[in-house]
Amino acid sequence: MSRRASPINGSADAIGREAALKARTVRIWSVVHTWSSLISTLFLLLLCITGLPLIFHHEIDELLGYDPKPEIVQPGTVKQSIDEIARTALAHDPGRVLQYILWDKDEPNTVIAFTNNKADGDPDAATLRAYDAHTAKPLGSVGGGPMLIFLKLHVDMFAGHPGKLFLGAMGFLFLVAIVSGVVLYWPFSRRLSFGTLRDKSRRIAWFDWHNLLGAVTIAWALVVGATGVINTLAEVMLSQWKANELADMVKPYAGKPPPVHLASLDKTIERARTTAPGMNISFIAFPGTPFTSSHHFAVFMRGDTPLTSRLLKPVLLDGETGEVSDARDLPVYLKALLVSQPLHFGDYGGMPLKIIWALLDVMTIVVIVSGLYLWIVKRRKHRNHAIAGQPSLQPSR
Amino acid sequence: MTTARNSRSSGNWWTVYGGPLLIGVLSVAGLLSALLSDGPGRYFSWLALGAPVIVTAWFFARRRRV
Repeated sequence: MSRRASPINGSADAIGREAALKARTVRIWSVVHTWSSLISTLFLLLLCITGLPLIFHHEIDELLGYDPKPEIVQPGTVKQSIDEIARTALAHDPGRVLQYILWDKDEPNTVIAFTNNKADGDPDAATLRAYDAHTAKPLGSVGGGPMLIFLKLHVDMFAGHPGKLFLGAMGFLFLVAIVSGVVLYWPFSRRLSFGTLRDKSRRIAWFDWHNLLGAVTIAWALVVGATGVINTLAEVMLSQWKANELADMVKPYAGKPPPVHLASLDKTIERARTTAPGMNISFIAFPGTPFTSSHHFAVFMRGDTPLTSRLLKPVLLDGETGEVSDARDLPVYLKALLVSQPLHFGDYGGMPLKIIWALLDVMTIVVIVSGLYLWIVKRRKHRNHAIAGQPSLQPSR
Repeated sequence: MTTARNSRSSGNWWTVYGGPLLIGVLSVAGLLSALLSDGPGRYFSWLALGAPVIVTAWFFARRRRV
């Protein structure tokens, strides 16, 4: 008689098989959680620790004198011509070329000029200087100081584009660790009330903290992790845009030599404004820089709500004449990148949001460190297998 | 807070994931509200994203020393 013929035996068998399957599933997720975390631990700690001061980089730069302040002027004072500011900027850094001129949303009275040794020069070689929007007076360099070191460590560990992509991969492992952690949360805490904090032993105490802090920060950590990963792909997306949308926009210019005499910046910007009514200028990219073609100025316009101020619209203008060539919305992937940036930086909801961001960051550091601690203890326990009577942290069957 | 709610219960979906899920939904709402609205959205985001911190502090204050 086969075993299947007996319904009782058959169901007992099925239950046993199901339990074995569950145990196997838990084991697989456990391996995924352990290794995705272990491989990325060191880099995630680096990201969390360097990210902490970066949340407050504006305040720190201000404190250390790396945040140039414009002169106070009478309301209604006429702003200086951008051509004049461009001339001042070039005179300040002789032998260099202008790459971008940028208007900070929160500092309408300063203009920031990027110069570099050539139009498509290495971003690390760029010099950023602020100029007073009313007097064109130089106000000092921007983006230097200790915060630049934190930023470089956080973005690419001083290892350029490969370093950036590597950190993106580490960020992806972080996402895998979170998802597998959510799955494992079930077998490991289904017999515990949410928020249980025991202090029976150091190991159990750390285990409970790992679970609680991990559980309450899931959504935030997923969003900050995912938007961080998206940010590492910025250059890839930009070259995608240049190869497709931008190439299509500048097709009529194929084969033409690059402009020799650049059009007036004031006139160019004025035309861009007319083309995108109701929008403000975010920055202008000079011909040949990574954000435009070799023939065009690209004026990137922004809206004025918290969301639309992130969604830039490029207006392409002939470098020689300043006439509008084309204006198209950015493709979805670049819009996603632009919207994801504030969600990574936490700089869009005032000081209280920054403080909450910092607290959540510290909580994430505790999750990472406690996870590492639990792994070390588990390994040690495996080696001292003979010691009996140790309470174990096993999934509840 | 008790350690073992009921050692015989196998746990159900809501008691295990309910808390983290509510906090997660609140967090996402907070992340988006400040992005979409400058005034009230900000105030809501502080409360909603502060929830994980507040909940943790609450559990810490109420923990039972064993």
